Amino acid sequence: MTNHWIDIKNTNVAIIMGGNAAEAHPVGFGWVSEAMQHNDAKLVVVDPRFTRSASLADVYAPLRSGTDIAFLLGVIRYLIETDQVNHDYVKAYTNASFIVREDFEFNDGLFSGFDEETGTYNKESWFYELDGEGFAKVDPSYQHPRCVWNLLKKHVDRYDFDTVSNITGTKVEDYQAVCEVIGSTHTHDRVATFMYALGWTHHTKGAQNIRSMAMIQLLLGNIGVLGGGVNALRGHSNVQGATDMGLLCQGLPGYLKLPNDNDVNLETYLRNYTPVPLRPGQTNYWQHYPKFFVSQMKSFWGKYATKENDFGYDWLPKWDLQYDYTKHLDMMYHGQVNGLFVQGVNCINSQPNRNKVLKALSNLKYLVVLDPLATETATFWQHADQFNEVNPASIQTEVFRLPTTLFAEEEGCIVNSGRWMQWHWKGANPPGESKPDAEILSGIMLTLKQMYKDEGGKLPEPIEAIKWDYHTPSFPHGEEVAKELNGKDIATGRQLDNFTQLKDDGSTECGCWIYSGCWTEAGNMMARRDNHDPSGKGITPGWAFAWPMNRRVLYNRASCDVNGKPWDPKRMILEYTDGHWHGIDVGDFNMKLPPQESAHPFMMQPEGVGRFFALKMLAEGPFPEHYEPMESPIGTNPLHPNVVSNPAVRMLPGVKETLGSNKEFPYVCTTYSMTEHFNYWSTHCRLAAISMPETFVEIDEVLARDKGINNGDWVRISSKRGAMETKALVTQRLQPLKVNGQWVHTIGLPRHGSHNALIRKSFTCNVLTTEVGDANTQTPEYKAFLVNIEKAKGI
Amino acid sequence: MSAQDIILSSGTSELTPAAQVRRKVAKMTKLFDATKCNGCKACQVACSEWNDLRAPIGEFSGSYQNPADLSSECWTLMKFHEFKKNDKMHWQFTHTACMHCDDPACLTACSTKGAIVQRSNGTVDFDSDKCTGCGYCVSACPFNIPRLDPIDQKAYKCTMCADRTQIGLEPACVKTCITGALRFGTREDMLFYADLRVKQLKEKGYANAGLYNPEGVGGTGMVMILHDINQPESYGLPADPKTSLPVKLWQDVVKPLGAVGIIATAAVAIAHRITVGRNIVEEDEPAAYDHSHDDNQKSDKE
Repeated sequence: MTNHWIDIKNTNVAIIMGGNAAEAHPVGFGWVSEAMQHNDAKLVVVDPRFTRSASLADVYAPLRSGTDIAFLLGVIRYLIETDQVNHDYVKAYTNASFIVREDFEFNDGLFSGFDEETGTYNKESWFYELDGEGFAKVDPSYQHPRCVWNLLKKHVDRYDFDTVSNITGTKVEDYQAVCEVIGSTHTHDRVATFMYALGWTHHTKGAQNIRSMAMIQLLLGNIGVLGGGVNALRGHSNVQGATDMGLLCQGLPGYLKLPNDNDVNLETYLRNYTPVPLRPGQTNYWQHYPKFFVSQMKSFWGKYATKENDFGYDWLPKWDLQYDYTKHLDMMYHGQVNGLFVQGVNCINSQPNRNKVLKALSNLKYLVVLDPLATETATFWQHADQFNEVNPASIQTEVFRLPTTLFAEEEGCIVNSGRWMQWHWKGANPPGESKPDAEILSGIMLTLKQMYKDEGGKLPEPIEAIKWDYHTPSFPHGEEVAKELNGKDIATGRQLDNFTQLKDDGSTECGCWIYSGCWTEAGNMMARRDNHDPSGKGITPGWAFAWPMNRRVLYNRASCDVNGKPWDPKRMILEYTDGHWHGIDVGDFNMKLPPQESAHPFMMQPEGVGRFFALKMLAEGPFPEHYEPMESPIGTNPLHPNVVSNPAVRMLPGVKETLGSNKEFPYVCTTYSMTEHFNYWSTHCRLAAISMPETFVEIDEVLARDKGINNGDWVRISSKRGAMETKALVTQRLQPLKVNGQWVHTIGLPRHGSHNALIRKSFTCNVLTTEVGDANTQTPEYKAFLVNIEKAKGI
Repeated sequence: MSAQDIILSSGTSELTPAAQVRRKVAKMTKLFDATKCNGCKACQVACSEWNDLRAPIGEFSGSYQNPADLSSECWTLMKFHEFKKNDKMHWQFTHTACMHCDDPACLTACSTKGAIVQRSNGTVDFDSDKCTGCGYCVSACPFNIPRLDPIDQKAYKCTMCADRTQIGLEPACVKTCITGALRFGTREDMLFYADLRVKQLKEKGYANAGLYNPEGVGGTGMVMILHDINQPESYGLPADPKTSLPVKLWQDVVKPLGAVGIIATAAVAIAHRITVGRNIVEEDEPAAYDHSHDDNQKSDKE
């Protein structure tokens, strides 16, 4: 979240799209209720299904799953055409006036630089035109034909109401209603917030879904202000923390990069990831990259990280390929992996294409499952009728189950969606032999270290050099780790106040620079529990610690104009008066600078502004474009039939053959969690199991009538990858949509079911899903794939 | 539980002396604002947690509503109602639990002394130690709330978390509600708040918004703000709930009559014993049941 949960109460319009906050984030949704009751806010819900969020919405519009970009680019077109644009904001704080290189093109669904053979782009042309000093050229008058504003206008011009309706299936009048409510926030005194989650990420163009929305927020001047922002609702209680700590396979903690084969030494690496300013007078905050990185190396290797050995840079693994989860499972499937540690996930149920995952796990020599529960992954080898059709005798995988504690059985920090690092204390002792993950992993690491010492091995240095100076090496305490993440001055041993004190000469250590400030000499800032809210706007600086710098609203420099005057006095975050800044939040800029010099609120960018044109950041283009899901119910792309789906997706060998056509599988299937679910964990929890005892599939009444399916009947659903039987819920909440001249039916499949839990034995939805994922993150397209459905006899 | 807190008790009549009442206890009310409910079932699960209820893990029954119905192991249930009106989809959620009527039909119907009581804070509570499992409360309730347990054959329902409210806590369902759809407070406060909220809803375009607090049962200890007060049926609520006539007759007329009858019978018996002495049953007296009528009964049926 750029903002935070409580801040939603300050909004005028809450748009829930690509998510279902009332069901998946019921507690946070309370702030939507608050805004509706006390701020007279409107709630807009856009979803293929009429969800529990939709039940409370002022405006609801259905759309076909996988067409969000068309929907959102149409909103941008509408806003520009009706001039509902916050021009002051766009001029000052976005790259609308920047001039793009002459060789940049977009033709028939493809941007310039596409290589048909590899399915990737050469992104050279996706950049600004630079002047002699290396700064981007700009044209504040927007006259230049290649300024971003004109390119954007041209790009979205195709997305008129009829075209959008034809792609999304949303009726024009419903669509218009959504556009009008969103447009109403272009003024300085009104603001909208977008709340999204996996409904946007689970697509082959997930990152571009989110970008499309962010572009709308820039157009409306809704970023950096109270009640606005780009707000990802994190599902698991510490997903934000896991991501911050380098969850992704190419990341290091604090959103630093794990080097790849081309980063041959520290100098090259730092040059590649330390940007140079693209406009004069920029803060360009990533210029400090070397300080963050070197301090992190010091926290990894301690005294063994020296200037002479590039602070241990050579000991880091360098990647040649993106070894994400999907890729790794594919390697397991092909017998290229011996062992797997599964921690914090239940992969047999949660990964797409369950039949493939089952085969992949069966190919392993050993599988270690760290989990508080005996998950289905740990029992993947057990036969359970048709729900898990395996022959245990033929599976040679040795399975180790290491029971872990639950969050309430240990002390530590959980980072919520609003970036709040909240310390929590142990509530109960863990049962039986279960141990915290940190203790288990430390034990393994220390054993490995001893083995290297005793027996030697290839490249022992990184294992030998690892800094492990905890009081009890076999069990680092949460407090020790937290202090390490905050960082300290090595010579004095003093905890740092924040990351502005980091150095690139090896004199400071810091595990995760963005967390710096969470545990200072003043103590544990995360444990603070003062909910005093002096402004009444939900900004509680004494409650826990919000990274970075205890800042509650990111980009908050954009809440005032170039001269430091708030756009809306009622939404004042910061103001420049009497020669200095004052306000209710920590400024997201150098507060020593006068307003004109700090008027580049997106200071992490080398040009200091928000980007309509995303340069080379994403795999499939600097502008979002509507591409069909990999499995399209209409089999074409009405905008450019030659480029139907995302051209930049990664297609692993053999995966293309697992994709079905709309001839064989005519219906769109989408998967989702419901309130009663907490991933697959709740299938093991009695009260959750009581409230949702069995899986089912939701279908619309028209399709049900055509197929002779009554509410509660057994049905068989099949995709190219597998088939399952379950019961049908026939509902008016789903409706067929008219798309490109044909009726498209959506089938809703909750992410539920288990072959081995408290609920009734049943299939899980991932029997049907595809592993093809977003071109940037490889997050699988769980939300839009094709199936067939027919009445079945039942199990 | 203190007897001084009881203002009404089952199985008694006007002949019973009135209970001692601690009048300083305010009437409490639970407010369910359906226009703020998102059907998350937190109230339902919290009820089970607090009261140690575990309904069986059932099976899919064609709806999000699980368990399918209230039971002795499920005292609070979110009910789901979906329908289309003027081409607009509606999905309404009803927090279904005891309404704690001012004039409780269950209590009226119950013939077991003290098995159902009404407390001075307005809550209606069952005392399972005394319950005989006759099921009169089940059939009398106009909201179809109490359920007999299949094992111990006693009636159960929401107690408004009597063990919490006694020590000044809100019921578990209210404690856990995250959208503000459930509130708990004095009757006066809740009615005041409801009035404001209904006004606000009307301004927002819900012209028929209103408060469900049916007079037929003397008002309820759980009141509900509905989008459309003219259509309580769309929430699965009765339009005009009241204590049924037979139940009223039973309590107000027949039972007192019965009491009078028992006293009269006893008086006659005593008088008979005193004046006549013991009856001697003759060995050759004909049996009480006369088989000669059997044929007639058959022909009646034909």
